[in-house]
Amino acid sequence: MKTLWKKYEQNKLAHGIFLLIYIGVTSLSLYTAQKSVAAFLLLLTSLLLLYFTKFTNLTKWLIAGFVLVFLLPFTASNGDAYQSYMEVSTLVGIYIAMALGLNIVVGMAGLLDLGFVAFFAVGAYTYGIFATAQASNFMPFGTFPLSGESFWLFIIIGGLVAALFGILLGIPVLRVKGDYLAIVTLGFGEIIRIIFNNLDRPINITNGAMGISSVTPPRLFGIDFLYPSQFYYIVLVLLFFTIFTVRRFEHSKIGRSWKAVRENEIAAQAMGVPLVRTKLMAFAIGATFSGMMGVVFAAKQAFVDPTSFTLLESITILVMVVLGGMGSVPGVILGAAVMTILNLQVLTEMTNWLNQLSLSGIISIPYALSPAKMQRFIFGALLILFALYRPKGLLPAKNRIFIEKDLQGVNRKAKLVTTQEQSENEKL
Amino acid sequence: MLNEIIQTIPQVLIDGLALGTVYAVIALGYTMVYGILELINFAHGEIFMTGAFIGTALLIFMTGTGWGAALPAIVMLIIVLIVTAFLTGFLGMGIERLAYRPLRNAPRLIPLITAIGISFLLQDIVRLIAELTKGNYIVTGPSLFTEQVLIKTSSISSIFNDASIKTSFIIVLVTAVIMMIALDIFVNRTRWGMAMRAVAQDRETASLMTVNVNKVISITFFVGSALGGATGVLFAVQYGTIDPYIGFILGLKAFTAAVIGGIGNIRGAMIGGLLLGVLEMFASANLTLLTGGIFGAEYKDVFAFAILIIVLLFKPEGLLGKPVTEKV
Repeated sequence: MKTLWKKYEQNKLAHGIFLLIYIGVTSLSLYTAQKSVAAFLLLLTSLLLLYFTKFTNLTKWLIAGFVLVFLLPFTASNGDAYQSYMEVSTLVGIYIAMALGLNIVVGMAGLLDLGFVAFFAVGAYTYGIFATAQASNFMPFGTFPLSGESFWLFIIIGGLVAALFGILLGIPVLRVKGDYLAIVTLGFGEIIRIIFNNLDRPINITNGAMGISSVTPPRLFGIDFLYPSQFYYIVLVLLFFTIFTVRRFEHSKIGRSWKAVRENEIAAQAMGVPLVRTKLMAFAIGATFSGMMGVVFAAKQAFVDPTSFTLLESITILVMVVLGGMGSVPGVILGAAVMTILNLQVLTEMTNWLNQLSLSGIISIPYALSPAKMQRFIFGALLILFALYRPKGLLPAKNRIFIEKDLQGVNRKAKLVTTQEQSENEKL
Repeated sequence: MLNEIIQTIPQVLIDGLALGTVYAVIALGYTMVYGILELINFAHGEIFMTGAFIGTALLIFMTGTGWGAALPAIVMLIIVLIVTAFLTGFLGMGIERLAYRPLRNAPRLIPLITAIGISFLLQDIVRLIAELTKGNYIVTGPSLFTEQVLIKTSSISSIFNDASIKTSFIIVLVTAVIMMIALDIFVNRTRWGMAMRAVAQDRETASLMTVNVNKVISITFFVGSALGGATGVLFAVQYGTIDPYIGFILGLKAFTAAVIGGIGNIRGAMIGGLLLGVLEMFASANLTLLTGGIFGAEYKDVFAFAILIIVLLFKPEGLLGKPVTEKV
């Protein structure tokens, strides 16, 4: 059995065949059994299986692209649950991008940020204010709401504004670190929320606790984007962009500086890493992705209000990063997907199921115990369990290690070997 | 405008002191743990909240069984305070044992994350219990001391208005002061206090001097959490209505207070707490007036956090703290 497994592990063709069968079966079952959440989830799992295969990166990306762009929407499309599946997938994408942003700040640069959702809020409000008549309250020139075509521009503007806020947050907190930083960012998140909640006086900018409703939908070539299935593609494009940039950043000079700062600030500084710039970059870049997704979120919901940006949201994103593995891009993607699906699909499904059971009188579950209300409990438990038993998360971060001999060229080919990151345990 | 502000000052001071004592006692818990472990015990606000709920439950139970009629209210309060303090004290010890001790040598980010986890867990467990037993997680306890006392501040000078306080405020203030003095004596005069100070100075050397470090840390958590829980009861008595999410924001404010006073410094925490309470009350009473109606009382939390950031920026060691140089 073991030898058979080993053989399978070595054999790319076997991987391919298995994956093909798996994707085929799950997509077929999603196609035929439309209401099955399980089939939907299993199809998404194929991406995880894909990650573990031995194909080259390009092949992996091509297969993943095929599944996400074509197969998933197509197989889900001929049933009633289509829009709700797409809704979930869209939100998963949004959260993945945010978690990747936070991963830069927490996972790579080691700066614990507990107010991360503030940047999401900034992005959402940027679009929300200008895509409704709200802006005319304080901007006498120009006609508002802006047309749907401006959405594409606002994705960039939202990212930039969020980056600006990231730097604004960064400047005062540069002097504090560790636990203080956590508290200050938490306070910052609360400040942003309170301000958005009360900025309806003296000038009505955010419409206060009432929120901004009927945000103009995005428009491209005369088509309005109204349904989750359409937003799915926007999010997908942005998500590919995010993953691509984050990976690029990770292995660039700035990425290495982040990791150096995380491991030992003083040593990094002594080695010539500019501390201020490195930290500010982490905050700004992390915030950018969050702000961009905020714009998409505002357009998708067509409604923005302060209740979507509470501490619970910040913690949710932190749980995603911790669960997946701090500093590990694939891990964070997995963590974000698992948490979002758990939240949106599994918990709601379980609640519905329990409600049905109690309606038919089999068992009675008190309202207080319904799984949808157990979010905090689950998040708390996950944070503790993972911090205690798997501090590196589901898919731990890997660092490229270059073997000196190979670099000097025994066979003139630099070989890349990945091993587990060990530096984390080293403490001075 | 100035007249109006001066007129309300006695009331603002009294309300501010009431809030400030609550902050001060919670801040003590933060400070003690920080002083000894250099860890911000994020879950401390939740211990406070749990204390408030345990206390309220005990009060409801005691009035329900008729003890309330038999015992004078003050005796009942003392019993509740002591029982709650013990329960939350053990809760704090348990949290330390479960979530902090295994991680004592881990990178600093990790215990912070478990602390957030613990506070979320506690919030939801308390919500669950409250909702299961009472049907709603916002709980109002029996009102014990409700008589109003009028303080004739106008007789000092006619520019002040009269202030009024509830009798519960006096009891809260007295209890809090007793707790603070007791803590001060405990830390500075007893052997356990000496051991705590030794561990705070240098854990390894202390352990070489036959100090049982784990036990000392446990006791620190016990004392800090007991104080936090007892303050929770006082808070419930003073303000009446509680919910599982009060601990978070109050904990944050108390942390601010600890930072203002100089974290790790017990007297600093007291001063910081009182100062923050008074400042916040002043802000919530006068922000509308001062800014001509642009900012209202709803910005008082923003004000508190702004103080925190400013203090951290310009005097990170706090009012009474000593600047620390970093070990490399």
